[in-house]
Amino acid sequence: MRRLATIAGLAFLFSIPLWLGNFYLLHVCIITGIFIIAAMSLNLLLGYTGQLSLGQAAFFGIGAYVSSLASLGFEVHLLPDWLVTVDPKPVWFGMACAVVVTGLCGWAIGRIAFKVRGAYFVIVTISFAEVVRLVALNWDELTQGPMALNNIPPLSLVIPGLLDITFIGKVANYYLVLVFAILSYGIIARLVRSRAGRAMIALKENEALAASVGIDVTKYLVLATVMSAAIAGAAGALYAHYVRIVDPNVFLFIYTVTMVIMVVAGGKGTLAGPVVGGVIFGLLPEGLRSLAIAPEVQWIVYGILMILVVYLLPQGIVPALRPFLQHRRHLDAQKQPPADIPASEAMS
Amino acid sequence: MTAETPRIALTVERLSIRFGGLTAVENMSFSVHEGEVVSLIGPNGAGKTSAFNAITGYLPAAAGDIAYRGKRLNGLKPNRIAELGVVRTFQKTSVFAGQTVIDNILIGLHLRSRQYPTAILLRFPFVAREEKELLEEAHEILRFVGINAPAAELASSLPYGELRLLEVAVALAARPTLLLLDEPVSGMNPTETANFMKTLTRIRARDITVLLVEHDMKIVMGVSDRVVCLNQGRIIAAGAPLEIQRDPDVIRAYLGERYARAQD
Repeated sequence: MRRLATIAGLAFLFSIPLWLGNFYLLHVCIITGIFIIAAMSLNLLLGYTGQLSLGQAAFFGIGAYVSSLASLGFEVHLLPDWLVTVDPKPVWFGMACAVVVTGLCGWAIGRIAFKVRGAYFVIVTISFAEVVRLVALNWDELTQGPMALNNIPPLSLVIPGLLDITFIGKVANYYLVLVFAILSYGIIARLVRSRAGRAMIALKENEALAASVGIDVTKYLVLATVMSAAIAGAAGALYAHYVRIVDPNVFLFIYTVTMVIMVVAGGKGTLAGPVVGGVIFGLLPEGLRSLAIAPEVQWIVYGILMILVVYLLPQGIVPALRPFLQHRRHLDAQKQPPADIPASEAMS
Repeated sequence: MTAETPRIALTVERLSIRFGGLTAVENMSFSVHEGEVVSLIGPNGAGKTSAFNAITGYLPAAAGDIAYRGKRLNGLKPNRIAELGVVRTFQKTSVFAGQTVIDNILIGLHLRSRQYPTAILLRFPFVAREEKELLEEAHEILRFVGINAPAAELASSLPYGELRLLEVAVALAARPTLLLLDEPVSGMNPTETANFMKTLTRIRARDITVLLVEHDMKIVMGVSDRVVCLNQGRIIAAGAPLEIQRDPDVIRAYLGERYARAQD
C-alpha cells in the first residue's frame, strides 16, 4: 500500500513536464524543487538534532559560488604577488567541489559549535552566513562582487560514445532537480533511520541522557552539520547552473527564512515534512498571483496562511495528517515483538 | 558474601567536589565490589547525587581519584565512561519523552550497534541485519524490566511507575557492568515500589554491580549488601544494613541528638 503510493507519487512527479505545457510554471517547479532540497537539508539539523541553523543560505550560496567558479575558471591574488589561476573545469567536477567545500564548512561550523547549543548555535550560524555574504560582496576579484558571475555553463554529462547530455532548458533541468531531490531524500532517510539518526534525535530530546548511554553527541552533531551543509551546497550548485547567474543575493536571510517556513509548516523531524511544506509554500505565491488581487494583498494572504498553519498545526502538516494516513498502524506492525521469542524465555 | 576475596569494581578515593566556595563532598572514600549492591544514603544535601555526577563524568572532581576496574575515570566525558560500562539513571525522571517506548530503548542500544556513517549511507547488508537484532534485543529488555505498555506508546504518555522502569531499561540497554540508580523509586506507590524491587533482583541476577542512592529504607535495607551513609559531604558510617541501622551517628544525622542518646 505504502509502496504503491510512493510509486504513484513518483510517477506523477516524473510526468509533470509531459502535460504541464507551460514553461513558466515548469520554472516555478524547478525553483521549488531546489528549495525543497535545501529545506530537506535544514530539516536534518532542525528536525532531528533540534539545532536551528539560520545559516543554511550560506551553505546554499557557497555551493553556488564554488561550482560556478570552478566551471568558469578564475584568477585571484592570494598575496599581492601570488596569482593563482584556475582553468575552467567540467561542471560535474565543479558540483562535486561544491559538495566537498560546503561539507567542510559544515564540519567547521559543527566543530565551532562544539558545546554550543540552542540560541548560541543560531547565532554562530547567522554570523557565518553574514560573514560569507560580505566576503562574496567585497572580494570582487574572485566573485565579481555585486556584478555577479555571469554565463555560468549548464551541467553537461559526456561519456564518449555513450552519453552526451547538456542540461539546458526547463525540461532537462526539471528532471535533474527531481533526481537530486530523490537522492537527497534517500540519503537523509537512511541516515535518520539508523544508529546515527537515533543519536541525533537523542541529542534533540535529552542531551544528558544521551551521553549517559554512551552517545558522543558532538560527533553526531558534526555529522549532521556536514551532511546538511553538503546537501544544501548541492542544491546551490544546481541553482547556479540552472539560472546561470549568481550574485551575493543568494546569501540573503530571506532564503533561509523560506527554508525554515517550509520545514516548520510541513513538519520538522519528519521526512515528508519539508517536501509537503516546500510544495505548498513554494507554489503558493504563484497560485496567489493567478488570483485577481493586488500584489500586496497576495503577500498578506501568504502571511495569514502561514500564521494559520503554524497556529492550527503547531507540529506541522505531516504530523497532523498522520492519524488519517494510518501511519500509526504501520508503525505498530513494524515494532511488534518478533513472534519467535517466547516472553517467558526473555524473562529468565 | 562468599569466602573468596571479592574483586573491587569501583574505587572512590578522597573525592572532593566543590561548587565555588561550597564543598558538596569532602574527602569521600569508598569502594564497590563486583556483583555487589551498595547504597549511598544520607539526608538531603548530603552529597549523594554530587558523588554520582562526579563518578559518571557530569561534574569535575576538585580532588581525589575515581577508578573503575583499574581505569581512572577523572576527566573522562560521560559517553566515554558509559563505554567503560558505568551507566547511570537520573534523579529527575529522564527519558526521551517525544519518542516511543521502543525507540527509547533503541537509542539506549547505541553502544551495541556497530553501524558507521558509510555503512549506513551505502546500506551495507549487516546494517539491516543488525537493526533486526537490535529490535529483538529492545523487546527483550522491555520484558526483562517488566514494562507492560505497548512498545509503540509515546514515552510521555506512560504512567509514572512505568516511566521510571523505562529509565532503567534505557540504562540497561547500554549494557552496564556497573549501574548507578539515583532515587529510582521516589514518587512510586507501594505496588510500583514492590515491582521495582523485583526488577532490581533480576538485574542483580545478571551480575550487574549496582550503586544505589535511595531514601526508601525498605528498599535500601532489603537489597543492599552494604550501605554507605553520608552527612554534609562526609561519610559518617559504612557497613552492612543492620549495623547502619544501629549506628548512633546515622541516627543522629537523620533524627537528631535526642534520638541518638535514647538509643544508647
